[in-house]
Amino acid sequence: MIKFFLMVNKQGQTRLSKYYEHVEINKRTLLETEVIRSCLSRSNEQCSFIEFKDFKLIYRQYAALFIVVGVNDTENEMAIYGFIHNFVEVLDEYFSRVSELDIMFNLNKVHIILDEMVLNGCIVQTNRARILAPLLILDKMSES
Amino acid sequence: MALTVVSQIFPREMIPAVLPLIEDKLQHSKEIIRRKAVLALYKFHLIAPNQVQHIHIKFRKALCDRDVGVMAASLHIYFRMIKENSSGYKDLTGSFVTILKQVVGGKLPVDFNYHSVPAPWLQIQLLRILGLLGKDDQRTSELMYDVLDESLRRAELNHNVTYAILFECVHTVYSIYPKSELLEKAAKCIGRFVLSPKINLKYLGLKALTYVIQQDPTLALQHQMTIIECLDHPDPIIKRETLELLYRITNAQNITVIVQKMLEYLQQSKEEYIIVNLVGKIAELAEKYAPDNAWFIQTMNAVFSVGGDVMHPDIPNNFLRLLAEGFDDETENQQLRLYAVQSYLTLLDAENVFYPQKFLQVMSWVLGEYSYLLDEETPEEVITKLYKLLMNDSVSSETKAWLLAAVTKLTPQAHSSNIVERLIQEFTVSLDTCMRQHAFELKHLRENVELMKSLLPVDKSCEDMVVDASLSFLDGFVAEELSQGAAPYKPHHQRQEEKLSQEKVLNFEPYGLSFSSSGFTGRQSPAGISLGSDISGNSAETGLKETNSLKLEGIKKLWGKEGYLPKKEGKTGDETEVPPVPQESIIMENVDQTIIKKDQSQVLTQSKEEKEKQLLASSLFVGLGTESTINLLGKADTVSHKFRRKSKVKETKSGETTSAQNMPCSYFSSSSDVTYEDDYYLDTLQDRGDKELNKFSLNSELLDSESLTELPSVEKLSSCTLSTPSLFTDDMEGLHSPSSTAASVANEISLATSLLEETSEHMHSDLVEVCNNETISVSSYKIWKDDCLLVVWSVSNKSGLELKSADLEISSAENFKITEQPGCCLPVIETESIKTFQYSVQMEKPFTEGNLFGFINYQMMDTHSVQLEFSVNLSLLDFIRPLKISTENFGKLWLSFANDVKQNVKMSESQAALPSALKTLQQKLRLHVVEIIGNEGLLACQLLPSIPCLLHFRVHGDVLALWFRSSCSTLPDYLLYQCQKVVEGS
Repeated sequence: MIKFFLMVNKQGQTRLSKYYEHVEINKRTLLETEVIRSCLSRSNEQCSFIEFKDFKLIYRQYAALFIVVGVNDTENEMAIYGFIHNFVEVLDEYFSRVSELDIMFNLNKVHIILDEMVLNGCIVQTNRARILAPLLILDKMSES
Repeated sequence: MALTVVSQIFPREMIPAVLPLIEDKLQHSKEIIRRKAVLALYKFHLIAPNQVQHIHIKFRKALCDRDVGVMAASLHIYFRMIKENSSGYKDLTGSFVTILKQVVGGKLPVDFNYHSVPAPWLQIQLLRILGLLGKDDQRTSELMYDVLDESLRRAELNHNVTYAILFECVHTVYSIYPKSELLEKAAKCIGRFVLSPKINLKYLGLKALTYVIQQDPTLALQHQMTIIECLDHPDPIIKRETLELLYRITNAQNITVIVQKMLEYLQQSKEEYIIVNLVGKIAELAEKYAPDNAWFIQTMNAVFSVGGDVMHPDIPNNFLRLLAEGFDDETENQQLRLYAVQSYLTLLDAENVFYPQKFLQVMSWVLGEYSYLLDEETPEEVITKLYKLLMNDSVSSETKAWLLAAVTKLTPQAHSSNIVERLIQEFTVSLDTCMRQHAFELKHLRENVELMKSLLPVDKSCEDMVVDASLSFLDGFVAEELSQGAAPYKPHHQRQEEKLSQEKVLNFEPYGLSFSSSGFTGRQSPAGISLGSDISGNSAETGLKETNSLKLEGIKKLWGKEGYLPKKEGKTGDETEVPPVPQESIIMENVDQTIIKKDQSQVLTQSKEEKEKQLLASSLFVGLGTESTINLLGKADTVSHKFRRKSKVKETKSGETTSAQNMPCSYFSSSSDVTYEDDYYLDTLQDRGDKELNKFSLNSELLDSESLTELPSVEKLSSCTLSTPSLFTDDMEGLHSPSSTAASVANEISLATSLLEETSEHMHSDLVEVCNNETISVSSYKIWKDDCLLVVWSVSNKSGLELKSADLEISSAENFKITEQPGCCLPVIETESIKTFQYSVQMEKPFTEGNLFGFINYQMMDTHSVQLEFSVNLSLLDFIRPLKISTENFGKLWLSFANDVKQNVKMSESQAALPSALKTLQQKLRLHVVEIIGNEGLLACQLLPSIPCLLHFRVHGDVLALWFRSSCSTLPDYLLYQCQKVVEGS
């Protein structure tokens, strides 16, 4: 099960965070900084999974942006690893060549996409067309 | 969109309102809406599984939905349900296999493909479900073999997601009933992973190996070299995973190497979580497979010095138990101990080395117990070393207590003891009360060498101690104090309840004022005399009874009334020798915080009702307390004053006696640890006090006291004490007002008598007046019979006239079923007499509280008829009875009940421990304790007539996790509410 989903840049600024298990607000920042520190300290040769306290982190780096997912130990790390890539591909398709700025200024849309894909800590949709369908309808409505 | 919101944030209470709407949406024509509806239901299932039980059939429909998305969404629900109960869904295996076959075969729409892999995450989810279903089940597993084979074959592409699928496949293959061909293929896969140059795959391979290795250690042999490489891998995560793998394949031959690797890693790692985890594993391995003594001790030394204070407390405890209990071979034991002692002495010799506190504690215990095994070093030298440590500022006070205990144990073996004397001098003035206490113990012991030798024998740490948990030695003391007129000590919860009932009692005052004291004292004095004999006789007897109900093994009286204190059992259970110290010295030195607090709170809570209590006590002990007898009737006020002072003295004394028990316990652990034990002992003490009080009061009513003492359960006792004193407080009011009629006293007493006759059989509540006028008064009380609730109304005619055609009617209420007991309608109530009406009440459906209304009609002297209305409040608790079942039946019932409610409740400080929480629940809610396992407890009760409800609870720190199950859907909720009230309230 996925515990949280984080998007952080190299400077350690959180761009997006979503928790699927209750964590107190002030503890979140603490957790985030710790998570980022442990991710940044790793080199390319090291594996993308970190055992962190009683759960696991799976991270993937896209240019200056890190996507970190915290899961409990029943989850399949590789599946999450693939899932992160899937998520980025969806973003890429929607924003056509996504960048950090896209995410910063369209945070609500990123959230909608993420909500379509992950619900209650489970991966619920991976079909790209279907993930984007509701969002495209919304866009159409706001245009007209 | 709304459905997405529903599945993200949704309060559990609103489910019933929204559920039908969502159920409708399951039939919606659009795929996305159906899918979201299923996901919303999943959320409901997560937060309140029992509320969506009835729509399981709809989940099945969703599983067979023509759209893949909906089907995939329903898998989450199934995964969860199968995880909880795999046997219930075996019949679905076929469907899952077919689905997987279709997915793997590429029958899905193309847009579900991800990098030309058909719906990878869906496959993974399905594989997981299959793994759960096929676990240890050959028949179900057989269905899967084909499709698993197919998956393994298909997932050949070099892509991350396919690796994930492969990994899941391997995992499934190894968790279901094994089939050799598949195992072979899976093993090949793992081999590919492990050998892969890609670091992530390597990790995955190691993880898979860890799963597999338990079933097939030979596989590890094939990959030996890779594992060794991984051990020296630069990435600590890989290293860690490898260690995890090694941990699984440890045996007696390879233990030394593996543990050494682990220790190396341990020394490098900084993070606390890893250290705790790893230290635990090493200790476990070392205990299991240790090749020889020296190695074992050295490993444990390393563990203690690295793990230090963060490690789990079980580790040092287990280690010490191992040392103390030893193995079968006695010489082996001696060697082990000797080696331990030697190694610790060398460690202590090293200058300027800081050891963690826990390590020092272990050292001091071992040295204290076993340094007699040493030949060359005398006890004096060991003491000197310990003394050096004691003087060290960096040592915590808890550790110092351990050290001092070790010194105490060594003292009898030492011949000359200058250091001990110096130590005593230094610590008898210590600011730390605990230390000072130990020092005083040591001092007193040294004065009496014989006693010390018998108390601190050599190598007797494993022998079980006989402990007098009932505190029967205190009976004499308690009786003496009581005979001097001190108020009996009341347990905390009772005080609270009395405080509540006090408020009710206050309403009685105008009524009570109409008593006279004349007839009353006449009745009292003979009782008082019979009391005298009772006290001496009873104390021992009650002590024994208490012991029985406590069910502690091997209890016997160690110390009588001579003023010596008993030995108390320490928590560790392996060191229970405690020096008895004359009480006086304890009184001098004991400044225990908790006790003071207790005393204060006691005085505070009691101050209100104290007056009445003391009056009660004074009147009860007429003829006993010589000084008070004379002025008792004349100047009630001064007497009560006097008694107040006295009872305080008594309280402090009882506080001190308890702190005396506290002291031996703190011998091993800091005093805060034992507060709970303290409470417990206090409670037993108080219970006895209550019991005696009870007896006295019953005696004074010329009732058969035997019937009451035979009541076995504490429950009954407490409720009896509750009622009896409050009855008497009424009587006591009479003392204040001489200007009342004798008749009403007689009335009251006969009423009380009739009431108490019932009491001897069943528990009952206070007598509460529900209505009255100048001629008649109606009181009611509840009797909690085993099979029903009996509500009794006593109608007393206060006037001098006959009342005719009196009739009591209870109006029917929707929640209750009321049955009239025989002999209820009375044509005539004679002058100044009491008639009782009994109704048995059954609950129709659960609720928290309800009122029962009724009215009474009567005619006076053939004139007009009068009607009086009244009501009685009934709560759910009135209908709860203990359900006495065995653990086995509990388990069966537990599974058969569908409605469950879980909740965490924070406990108040005073009862943050299982036994006390249990006691509260048992007493206040009338639950039956089925079994206690560790920090979990099983309780059972039934709602009359026969709706059972089971409660499972677990204590985490100060949080009580409650879990109710019942066949009735609403009962758990109501019970939970009551539990919360009880647990949080007191």
